[in-house]
Amino acid sequence: MRQILTPSGGLVGEAPVDIEMTVRLYRAMVFARAYDRKSMSLQRQGRLATYAPFEGQEAAQVGAAAALEPDDWLVATYRDAAAMWMQGYPLELLFAGRTGHEAGGRPPDHVNVMPPSITVGGHMLHAVGLSWAEKLRGSSRIAMTMFGDGATSEGDFHEAMNFAGVFGVGVVFVCQNNGWAISLPRSQQTASETIAEKAIAYGMPGVQVDGNDVFAVHEAATEAADRARSGGGPTLIEAVTYRMGPHTTADDPGRYRDPEDAEDWERRDPLERVRVYLSERDRWSAEWQAEVESRTFDEVERAITLAESLYDPDPSHIFGAVFESSTPTLDAQRRELESLLEDDD
Amino acid sequence: MAELTIAQALNAGLALALEEWDEALVMGEDVGRTGGVFRITDGLQDRFGADRVIDTPVAESGIVGVGFGMAVVGMRPILEMQFMGFSYPAFDQVVNHVARIRHRSRHRFTAPLVIRIPYGGGIGAAEHHSESAEAIYAHTPGVKVVVPSRPHDAKGLLLAAVEDPDPVIFLEPIRLYRSVKEDVGEGPVRVAIGSAAVEQQGSDVTLISYGAMMRECREAASAMTAEGVSVELVDLRSLVPLDVETIVRSVEKTGRAVVVTESPRTGGFASEIVTVIQEQALYSLQAPIRRVTGWDTVFPLKRGESLYLPSTERVLRALRATLED
Repeated sequence: MRQILTPSGGLVGEAPVDIEMTVRLYRAMVFARAYDRKSMSLQRQGRLATYAPFEGQEAAQVGAAAALEPDDWLVATYRDAAAMWMQGYPLELLFAGRTGHEAGGRPPDHVNVMPPSITVGGHMLHAVGLSWAEKLRGSSRIAMTMFGDGATSEGDFHEAMNFAGVFGVGVVFVCQNNGWAISLPRSQQTASETIAEKAIAYGMPGVQVDGNDVFAVHEAATEAADRARSGGGPTLIEAVTYRMGPHTTADDPGRYRDPEDAEDWERRDPLERVRVYLSERDRWSAEWQAEVESRTFDEVERAITLAESLYDPDPSHIFGAVFESSTPTLDAQRRELESLLEDDD
Repeated sequence: MAELTIAQALNAGLALALEEWDEALVMGEDVGRTGGVFRITDGLQDRFGADRVIDTPVAESGIVGVGFGMAVVGMRPILEMQFMGFSYPAFDQVVNHVARIRHRSRHRFTAPLVIRIPYGGGIGAAEHHSESAEAIYAHTPGVKVVVPSRPHDAKGLLLAAVEDPDPVIFLEPIRLYRSVKEDVGEGPVRVAIGSAAVEQQGSDVTLISYGAMMRECREAASAMTAEGVSVELVDLRSLVPLDVETIVRSVEKTGRAVVVTESPRTGGFASEIVTVIQEQALYSLQAPIRRVTGWDTVFPLKRGESLYLPSTERVLRALRATLED
């Protein structure tokens, strides 16, 4: 397992990025954690629907997404808000989806990030098609897809890896192995010793990294992105990490896992080691951190307020995007709904 | 004038699509070297290259999921499923992704792809090769469903499907692939998606069907004509969007209707047509509407096929019974 920055903040080998980039990555992780914690509390207040927290996985998401060019494709899941935000997905739209509004699924035109996949596994195939089509059209854009350890049991994981391997499609597969798929531990998900080794079966490189080490994740993702862009084909990255919280706000991890596990993983926190690293180089202070956090809370508050102020869905909202143009049958159903609503008024 | 079978018309339509749109590509199992299990893509890889006529691994979900990604970027993938029974592994991709991306991204991302699915029985094929599950696709909001029954419509609907900004499930009646020839017109003809064809005007009874069962319906209609009964024969051609207006107008004129499908009866597409007539033309009816359908059974193997498939005789019986009511 590749590790560059140890949990105590020491280097094994060389840092893959300079200090400015390290500050940037750390700031993104601080932002991600504050966003995640704030989202949990907003959900508890009833302002968000079900929320899937990613605390503990900040380095995996930030380190991987930071390896992309701004117009590369990212095809990720409901737990990957930090990566999506890194790739330009506006915060208010992430919240819009979570308040229960489809407007959250429409990123700005220059942002090539698919709305988060809610079903598990099927989206990996989309990344293969996106990257392949970009190549056919003569563009150098590539696609990265993110998924969890549970998704590697889905048939579509196999089909996506197989297509990418057979056709040499430039895709970066990033598995955040966070140890748990809801209540199922990784040991019951697959008999493979590692998830990375599954890459061998598809004729592509597989690399296992400490997913809580932003340096290791970023280095592996950068190598994979370079390989994809230069015609070298796909790569599977297994970022070994841990989901510190529940699967979603609808779930209680106390029913299926030992609380001591989380304590053990707290000692391997992805932020703390970078904080120590920066601190030793005089690039960190408690005031600076507090300021980043406070700005994050302001930004989150602004975004959630924007999301909550979105228009209320009306009949044209649900009937207006089934097809590009409506059909007589849809028109008739829409009129039926409209007249029901008029009767209610 | 080009007299072609449905199989040849589809091949010609695919070639035209590949010529007309740089973004069009054909992808599926065995579509390249062998030209597909039904030879519908015959010769296309030689002509357009392996980058545009792509032989894939045996993975239907993969074909549709990868095709989806390509379509989002702006390609026009024309995907082939070998048989309807083999389209089910891709069903998750159709329902959860292809059909709803326009809605879930508020028009930012769309998947204008075509999924060609040979369907229906009658050729003594192996198990899973004879399904007629169009109702499942028609029940899925966000995909269009078309079913040609003639060479001209096969070509015209195919080109319209490739051009359509939304995903289209394109059902091909296996047993009619090579049974009839007709002039399909030169060049890029179009048949509008969502328009039914009144194939024969009549005043006594409306006979409604689509796809493979049109053969039995045509035979029944001409037998009735010979007996002096005036049958109006409607070929729906599109199930989604459905040409309700043509159905209703015809039944208002004739006052009687028989609906014929090959699929199982319960929850089948015939039920939708019957309901539309009941809702919009009930007071024109002079007799109960009759359905002629497959049974709610597993589609039998070769030796039992004739027990299952609606025959011309069953269609005739239904027409006579309706006329006697």
